[in-house]
Amino acid sequence: MLAVMGPEPRANSEPALLEFQAVSFEVPGGPTILDGVSLAVPAGKITVVVGPSGAGKSTLLRLGNRLEVPTAGVIRFRGEDLGLGDPRALRRNVGMVFQKPVPFAGSVRMNLLVAHPGATESELENVLDRVGLNGSFLDRVADELSGGEAQRMCIARTLLTRPVAILMDEPTSALDPENRSAIETLARDLANEGIGVVWITHDLDQAHRIADRAFVLIDGRNASEEETVAYFTQRMPEGES
Amino acid sequence: MNATHIGWAGLLGSFVLVVVAIGLSFSQRLQLSRSMLWASARAAVQLMLVGFALRLVLDPKASVWWAWLWVVVMVAFAGFTIRSRAKEVPGIFLLGTISMLVVVAVSLSVIFGFRVFPIEGRTIVPLAGMMIGNSMTACVLVGRRIVDELSEKSDEVEARLALGQSWQEASRPYVRSALRTALVPQIESTKAVGLVFLPGAMTGLVLAGVDAVDAVTVQLAIMYLILGSVATSVTVIGLGLTRQVFTSDHRLRSIERATH
Repeated sequence: MLAVMGPEPRANSEPALLEFQAVSFEVPGGPTILDGVSLAVPAGKITVVVGPSGAGKSTLLRLGNRLEVPTAGVIRFRGEDLGLGDPRALRRNVGMVFQKPVPFAGSVRMNLLVAHPGATESELENVLDRVGLNGSFLDRVADELSGGEAQRMCIARTLLTRPVAILMDEPTSALDPENRSAIETLARDLANEGIGVVWITHDLDQAHRIADRAFVLIDGRNASEEETVAYFTQRMPEGES
Repeated sequence: MNATHIGWAGLLGSFVLVVVAIGLSFSQRLQLSRSMLWASARAAVQLMLVGFALRLVLDPKASVWWAWLWVVVMVAFAGFTIRSRAKEVPGIFLLGTISMLVVVAVSLSVIFGFRVFPIEGRTIVPLAGMMIGNSMTACVLVGRRIVDELSEKSDEVEARLALGQSWQEASRPYVRSALRTALVPQIESTKAVGLVFLPGAMTGLVLAGVDAVDAVTVQLAIMYLILGSVATSVTVIGLGLTRQVFTSDHRLRSIERATH
């Protein structure tokens, strides 16, 4: 059941794995992309962030993986300010899956070894099984995979760093319905394994299908209750009320 | 006839070939006659000025410090030239100048350390000039290539960073490719030397009446030094530039942002 969350985490909500507190982000000499956004990501749940294009959803994820740093506010991972630790260790704990699959040159095996250079053959096969591929893919050229296969390989690559949270930036936006459904199921499996999943989408049907919790971003800030209701009402899938 | 002294009449004689080139341009309507005349005149004035200045610097009685001063001017001029040819590369003036200084320091230390040539104005200036001239072109090439690679493949670089790689690891495949691109032409020209063309230094020595084998050994030493200089300069530029496009906390800067 979709639970739409306001700017502040609810008092009875699960302890946050990743927590954004009044986070702002401005491009130097440019526009403000995020303005005082707060949200909490618990373990073992799918937290969906929805909002119109340009609302700052992708920037929020980049901040969570520390590919960007906030200009104000704090982001905490397991209660620690993530700006204080080693970003490389953080990124292995908080994985990132990009909107467009990004295969590196070479075979699937070479791609997976980038994430875990010491992985054994069985570890590589297991992670491919986990994302719905199999060991026969290991010697395939990564650039020649279909969109769905490439995205699964990218998820497998991320899983090899053994993350406790995964940030997924519209991971199915370029995929056909069959692959989209498979990756949604995979996200649910990951959440069931205890991983905190953050999933960005502007597809409300998808948000309803997969979200345990949902946050709405509008113009770079948490939507007010009225805006949230209006957003979901305006764009409510047919047949729902 | 002395092959090293062609005199003004000899120079004028060689100008006949420029007239031929202008005639060809005219007959084929290439509209390059004026450019050819301007380039020839400009080269004459520039080289004459350099020739007279070098006569003072290379005078056996002149202090060797004049030659070192000449090298410093060459390094600074190379820095400006690199910047003008690769404006899109952030911080290229400083990196280019540092890279030229490193090249001069390393190559001249080897040359004079192993007593390949004596430390004199007539060796310092032309050798440093050859190292700088060849390295300068490679620096422009590698600077542009690294910027292109890292901006075109920024999604791959960030995907690598997102997996927990350091900026050094994440940039390595792309920087390596850029360094190879810059070094391969020098390697190819080193391979082809003697078969396809006779290099300038050797030709000059032979014209000056030096034994062909002696001329070859000098040329070989110079070619090895050029290869080493080019490799050194592109590595300095490669490492310096790559460091500049990443933050200390392993984030990729926007290349456009780094340009100002």
